[in-house]
Amino acid sequence: MDRRNFLRAVALTGAALTTVKETDAMSILTQSFETANAAKKYDLVAVMGGEPEAMFRKAIAEMGGISNFISKGDKVCVKPNIGWDQPVEMAANTNPKLVEEIIKQCFEAGAAEVTVFDHTCDDWRKSYANSGIEEAAKKAGAKVVPAHQESYYKTVSLPKGRSLKTTKIHQAIVDSDKWINVPVLKNHGGAQLTISMKNYMGIVWDRGFFHANDLQQCIADVCTYPKKPVLNIVDAYRLMKTSGPRGKSLSDVVLSKGLFISQDIVAADTAAANFFNQAREMPVDKVTHISKGEELGIGTMKLDNLNIRRLRI
Amino acid sequence: MLKRIRITLSVILFSLISLYFLDFREFLPDRIGFLAEIQLIPALLAVNVVILMSLAVLTLLFGRVYCSSICPMGVYQDIVAWFSKKLNRKKKYRYSKAKNLLRWSVLAGTIVAFIFGFTFLLGLLDPYAAYGRIVTHLLRPAYLAGNNLLEIIFTWFNNYTFYKVSIYILSIFSLVTGLITLSIIGYLAWRNGRTWCNTICPVGTILGFLSKFSLFRIRFVDEKCNLCGLCAMKCKASCVDSKNKQIDYSRCVTCFNCIESCHRDAMKYTLVRPAKKKETDAVPAYTYVKEEKQVDESKRRFLSASLVTGLAAGSLVAQMIPDSLFPGETGGALFPAGTTDDLLPKREFKRQIPIAPPGTPSFDHLREKCISCHLCVSKCPSHVIKPAFLEYGVGGIMQPKLYFDHGFCNYDCTLCGEVCPTGAILPLTKEQKNHTQMGQVQLIIENCIVYHDETSCGACSEHCPTQAVRMVPYKGHLTIPNIEPEICLGCGGCEYVCPAIPYKAIYVEGSRSQHLIEIEHEEVEEIVIDDFGF
Repeated sequence: MDRRNFLRAVALTGAALTTVKETDAMSILTQSFETANAAKKYDLVAVMGGEPEAMFRKAIAEMGGISNFISKGDKVCVKPNIGWDQPVEMAANTNPKLVEEIIKQCFEAGAAEVTVFDHTCDDWRKSYANSGIEEAAKKAGAKVVPAHQESYYKTVSLPKGRSLKTTKIHQAIVDSDKWINVPVLKNHGGAQLTISMKNYMGIVWDRGFFHANDLQQCIADVCTYPKKPVLNIVDAYRLMKTSGPRGKSLSDVVLSKGLFISQDIVAADTAAANFFNQAREMPVDKVTHISKGEELGIGTMKLDNLNIRRLRI
Repeated sequence: MLKRIRITLSVILFSLISLYFLDFREFLPDRIGFLAEIQLIPALLAVNVVILMSLAVLTLLFGRVYCSSICPMGVYQDIVAWFSKKLNRKKKYRYSKAKNLLRWSVLAGTIVAFIFGFTFLLGLLDPYAAYGRIVTHLLRPAYLAGNNLLEIIFTWFNNYTFYKVSIYILSIFSLVTGLITLSIIGYLAWRNGRTWCNTICPVGTILGFLSKFSLFRIRFVDEKCNLCGLCAMKCKASCVDSKNKQIDYSRCVTCFNCIESCHRDAMKYTLVRPAKKKETDAVPAYTYVKEEKQVDESKRRFLSASLVTGLAAGSLVAQMIPDSLFPGETGGALFPAGTTDDLLPKREFKRQIPIAPPGTPSFDHLREKCISCHLCVSKCPSHVIKPAFLEYGVGGIMQPKLYFDHGFCNYDCTLCGEVCPTGAILPLTKEQKNHTQMGQVQLIIENCIVYHDETSCGACSEHCPTQAVRMVPYKGHLTIPNIEPEICLGCGGCEYVCPAIPYKAIYVEGSRSQHLIEIEHEEVEEIVIDDFGF
């Protein structure tokens, strides 16, 4: 048995075990199995070369399984990027297969409820439907909730923010026990890149304020919201290298087959930006909201100081 | 029995067409749009020969079935009259003479106004369009409020079947017009049933002319009738002259109320042989039929002449369409934006030319074809169509225009052209829509946040589907919008989202005619990433 087959077998066993519910003996088995495989907890896991759901399964196993982050009875909110009325191939939205797999695992970890939403840029009905996310999320058992009206949002204060001191955040996040940030890696005309930090703009109501009051600073400011996502899962299965964030044609898209997970939002975005830099020149310091985030103390850009696990499928 | 069939049919058609206007979630199948297309004036403007012939044949066979069941305004009047009757049980209708001069003058006036490009009058009087405006501006807000109420209840129980929608006034003028139409026609119906249909409505006049020759008609059975007059009391069209046992078929809307009311079975809806009819009609010696006979010929000539003119004009316009929609030429920017190194004062923008919905070949085409039924206004999922006021001129009041206060025109959406029953907005394929230029982008750089505050923004470019607004390198790491009006579709995404205050920095200027433009696409280059990059 060569290494690839061994890994595949391991992944399959892992997947099989996670689907078996409510067996204490089994979970002990999986845990010991995982700890044996990943001796130390990683700060960031990067996976390349697989399908979105396969890469996620692999990465989350390296992070010690989703039950490290989601507890029984949690009200979970999964926040993908569903900004645009674009098909899956355009990579303008998070890959629906990834979203589906995350929701499934949340339920397997005992989540009481999973909600999915995004404050879209295009018509929300069309974006929810044509991104494929509404269907995938519902299939996995999540509630897909609207976010197109101000009344769905609740005011929160951001004492650590510099330009943004207060904002309105969607009640699905405010009322949740845990939330998972699932951005897609894209070029962005104004912010240069849109990854995990920029994905916060889909949880707020008044985006216009961001654009009018130093966009990059406001992005960093909103990430100081005390309820941080338990995981940032960057979908880079396809990345939009140009004409982002909406995209014009398939020539804007690269099939890059990557995925990054970290609890540190700045680290996740730094890693993803470096990955993007290979498709099109985009030095991470150009994406100034990332360094502004580091200044505000919400994470680190120094990947060398982190325990990173790199995997290929 | 006949009455029951009529009522059932009317209720079904009326409910369906009303719901078709109201159904913002697209629950109803698209096929229901057929009910708007079979309305007489829309079919006439769309030069839909099949429907026109069918309606003519239907009327020549059975009388004004159109007026009693197909026309939603007719059914609305019946509903009002029904309530009026419920409230006042003693209410009686009475036979009255036909107001022929008024009827034909209104029709003639409408046709003349139409020929001279003042479609507004036709739109104002067409019963379908008038009903459409009532639904759009009066009923729809109530429907949306009902939806929001259900949303509150359902969401309370953690059920997201319903979602909230915004309710706002689209156009004061259209709202008031709708209200006045509703009140006047409602009042007339409350008092005297179908007065409006038989005095003002141009469709009623045209069909009334045809129905005089219909094969099936309501007739008195002489030997059974005892002249009790019950039938005349029940006739909401006031067209049964029970004393003379005569019926004015030009006003009869075949509601069958008279037949149903007769205790002696003295009225029958039967086949009348045209030849025989002329003879029998000539016999009785009462005055008003004779008068009718005298003016008939001239009326007939006038009507056929005007119909032919209308059809010819319509087909001419139809031939003109491809010319204006498909030429390759594109206009240049109207107000090329200039940039200087000094910080310029902010400047207000005012759209000089309105933006017509996608698929409207030209303003002239819109003015000729649109009767302002506001189906596009009701249906637009992006909430970007609203009635114009004077932007298209006096003749174009209430015709649809694009505005970007609540959204922008969705790149792939072609709904307005698909639902338009008159062909004012032509249906586009997705491919055509993606290349149809409704207007061109204009940039007022001195209002731009990147220019003025020197902070990142790019909201405009973010929304631009063709990248006619592109972010280009500016000072330091900043990028600033750069426009290419030639490849702009005029969707208004940039204008809608531009956060600059007090004045937006980017907006769309309309075009008098729409063109298909060419948009170049880069070749797909094969990029392989085989490393993590960190």
